[in-house]
Amino acid sequence: MMDAGRHPNIELLTMSEVIGLEGEAGNFKATVLKHPRYVDEEKCTACGDCWAKCPYKADDVFDLGLSKRKAIYVYFPQGVPACATIDADACQYFKTGKCKICEKICKREAINFEDKEKTVELNVGAVIVATGFVPYPAENVTRFGFGKYPNVITSMQFERMSNATGPTQGMVIRPSDGEHVKKIGFIQCVGSRDVKHKRFCSAVCCMHSTKEAMVAREHDEKSESYIFYTDMRAAGKGFQEYVNRAQDEYGVKYIRARAAEISQDEDKSPVIWYENIEDRRVHSLTVDLAVLATSLVPSSGTEKLTEVLGIELDEYGFFATNPYSPVVSSRPGVFVCGYAEAPLDIPEAVAQASGAAGKAAEVILGGKALAASKTQG
Amino acid sequence: MAEIEERLRIGVFVCHCGSNIAGFLDCGAVAEYARTLPDVVFADENMYSCADTGLKQIAAGIRDNNLNRVVLAACTPVTHEPLFRSTCQEAGLNPYLFEFVNIRDQCSWVHQKDKESGTEKAKDLVRMGVARARMLSPLDKIGVEVNRSAVIIGGGVSGITAAVTIARMGFDVRLVERQEKLGGMLNSLNRLYPDNRKASEVLNELLADVRKYPNLEVMTNAEIKSVDGFIGNYEVTVSTEGKERKFDAGTIVVATGASMLDPSGMFAYDGKHVITQFELEKRLREEDVKADNVVMIQCAGARIPERPYCSRICCTEAIKNARLLKEASPDSTIYVLHRGIQTYDTEFEDYYKDARGEFVYFVRYPDDKPPVVKNGKVTVTDATMGEELELDADLVVLSTPMVPRADAEALARQLKASQDTIGFMLEAHVKLRPVDFSTDGIFMAGCCHWPAHIGECVSQALGAASHASIPLVAGHVRVEPVISVINPDLCTGCGTCVENCAYAAIRKDEETHKAVVTDVVCKGCGVCATNCPEGAITINHYRPDQIMAQIRGAFEETS
Repeated sequence: MMDAGRHPNIELLTMSEVIGLEGEAGNFKATVLKHPRYVDEEKCTACGDCWAKCPYKADDVFDLGLSKRKAIYVYFPQGVPACATIDADACQYFKTGKCKICEKICKREAINFEDKEKTVELNVGAVIVATGFVPYPAENVTRFGFGKYPNVITSMQFERMSNATGPTQGMVIRPSDGEHVKKIGFIQCVGSRDVKHKRFCSAVCCMHSTKEAMVAREHDEKSESYIFYTDMRAAGKGFQEYVNRAQDEYGVKYIRARAAEISQDEDKSPVIWYENIEDRRVHSLTVDLAVLATSLVPSSGTEKLTEVLGIELDEYGFFATNPYSPVVSSRPGVFVCGYAEAPLDIPEAVAQASGAAGKAAEVILGGKALAASKTQG
Repeated sequence: MAEIEERLRIGVFVCHCGSNIAGFLDCGAVAEYARTLPDVVFADENMYSCADTGLKQIAAGIRDNNLNRVVLAACTPVTHEPLFRSTCQEAGLNPYLFEFVNIRDQCSWVHQKDKESGTEKAKDLVRMGVARARMLSPLDKIGVEVNRSAVIIGGGVSGITAAVTIARMGFDVRLVERQEKLGGMLNSLNRLYPDNRKASEVLNELLADVRKYPNLEVMTNAEIKSVDGFIGNYEVTVSTEGKERKFDAGTIVVATGASMLDPSGMFAYDGKHVITQFELEKRLREEDVKADNVVMIQCAGARIPERPYCSRICCTEAIKNARLLKEASPDSTIYVLHRGIQTYDTEFEDYYKDARGEFVYFVRYPDDKPPVVKNGKVTVTDATMGEELELDADLVVLSTPMVPRADAEALARQLKASQDTIGFMLEAHVKLRPVDFSTDGIFMAGCCHWPAHIGECVSQALGAASHASIPLVAGHVRVEPVISVINPDLCTGCGTCVENCAYAAIRKDEETHKAVVTDVVCKGCGVCATNCPEGAITINHYRPDQIMAQIRGAFEETS
């Protein structure tokens, strides 16, 4: 992020969306809608004076609702650009016309309540789409009681909770009573490989839950983790070895079972019901915390973007590409990479991104890279 | 040394960072203290040093006071040093005469509850910074011209894709293939999933692309003899058709692929009734499969203690071949014995689901109880049903894993590159730099790195080609001058530094027997300097005298 933020050739347009794309490869006109931030990016240094004094709070989206942030905030501490944003829905000034404490406190005069939506037109040679994924709503898979039982959370929530800069400073606790968690059940394929929800495999969750179970053990050597899985998909470089280490050195227990449902006991502890395929019997396991590895699906807005960009989706809702050239979309000059193209992990996404950048460079330089670079000296 | 003779005029700037520093430290007191330090002729405070006004204040301070060293006490060099260095440069000061003192992340933020001690610590840090600044020397960026051509080693799908991509940009490319023709594994495969296209069709399209570019030279029956040089200036020697040819290249892409494990001695492999998936592909291609009862065994030689990894592609390949066999003779019985099917992704999962719908039988066997092949029968424990099955098999197909090529080690040595513990090529960073070697100017794609499906190979090849073209487009490589410097008078040519350098930046000169640093390759990590038994190596900008001055500064009131 830092590299992108600092690179002299990269202009970041955050809080922005592409709303139009005309023209053709080598000569596109992209229309970008910039939403108001109410803070001047040039002036703000993210010093924190404003959010220290802001009296109004909202759910912290980055912490997935596990904590509160102020109405003026930074998305997360290392966010790029390092600049505050006013959440107009939570800000008292936008509701009542009174407050403006942040404006008074900001020594750099960066606050601008008059900020408006702006449209920017860009002339570009190529377009790269890298809109990623969002977790499938865990509440849709009703049998696991997410949203009903407080101690059933999602993998992404666990990720925030186990993070030292997260809402609990890295303590893994039960949302119901704040008690330290000793026994964790990870449920795989929540909405994945499931014809009622998403029939594809999300490709990264087996390794993600394995990592989380290992992190839990690193935080507390007495913690026990159980991973309920369908097939353990560890096909990446060094992945099987990683799973072996989780088993042998971190005591992570893998149970081959598609969990049937979760109920709750009188302590609000989740009870995981499952048929263990190894012994073909129905069991239950009571845990302090159940973590749902939800399916990961294309970002919201993907369908709208296909209309704007004039590119196609595949039958699973990802951007359609040729299996023999995975970064090439159905429109020349528009390239796709990362999870928006198909479920994949970080190294694959990075390789693809480099590939998409190369294809974009090809269009921009028009086969005359050498000539172009020579004339530039 | 000239820079010592010049009278030192040090300026110190103390940043408030809004209230981030000034809220917890007495910045005025720190600036005042700085003025008392030797050779400090100017000290000032900034509200935000990184803001326009702050940067102008620093530039004016340099010009108005003829400063020849600048010390800034502020946030952290990680994010802001480049900005301040360029500000110094714009004001006419060599950017390496700038010293950053971290009084935010490592001082004000961690001593928020004790302003007095925090302020004292900030003074100590500034004193150390000033002591070091007195010893700084000007440095200039170093650079080298780049030969605008690339060599691709390996002519399979990855190599061809990388070669065509770079050739399309207009650069000269040489594609070196060991076999007598291009295509690699595609030459042996039958059809490709998920769309069952003929491998030969896909290959012909690739070859048509190769022929389009006169600036792409293909060398077959060609072997890499040696690779010398460094980014921008590699010299590659290739032996082809009995001749040795040498050519220059700016960058190199390695796409040498992998081999299939030889299953001799496993599962009664005989190459006739018990064959590998790879051999089955050939039979399918030649329409030479006559079997009513086929049993495929997954993880044949993989995910076992001596070869713990999953080879990624074999489940999908087995499903593809099982479906093709079933399509050709619907009455045949086909079993796939597995340990968990690895059909990650979207289409692969459907591919698996559809195979089950077509009555390909999938039986999971226990990790510790592999099937036994004997006299045309396969005995396997069905882990799900808990029963032992005896299956008739006219043909047993082993899904063997990909293994590193036998010559991978020799090639890695020629490239001064590393392999992982299994023997696949080692990338510079497992997550963030999957197509780069840690040696600058060399990139990788395809199965030499890890087993990969064709689509994945193409993505990687495009990525590697993209990275390999960056220096070619720029025409030069410029790097920071913070690099190691060898004192030839002290160097005994022991070679410790050559061995320890992770970037292949040091070599031993054959005539003088002294270590020589290739400036543009050196990252300035300092491993050579700390390991040199003679103390013959120093790192620019982190010389012992500079570091010692800083340390002494910590313990002296004034130096």
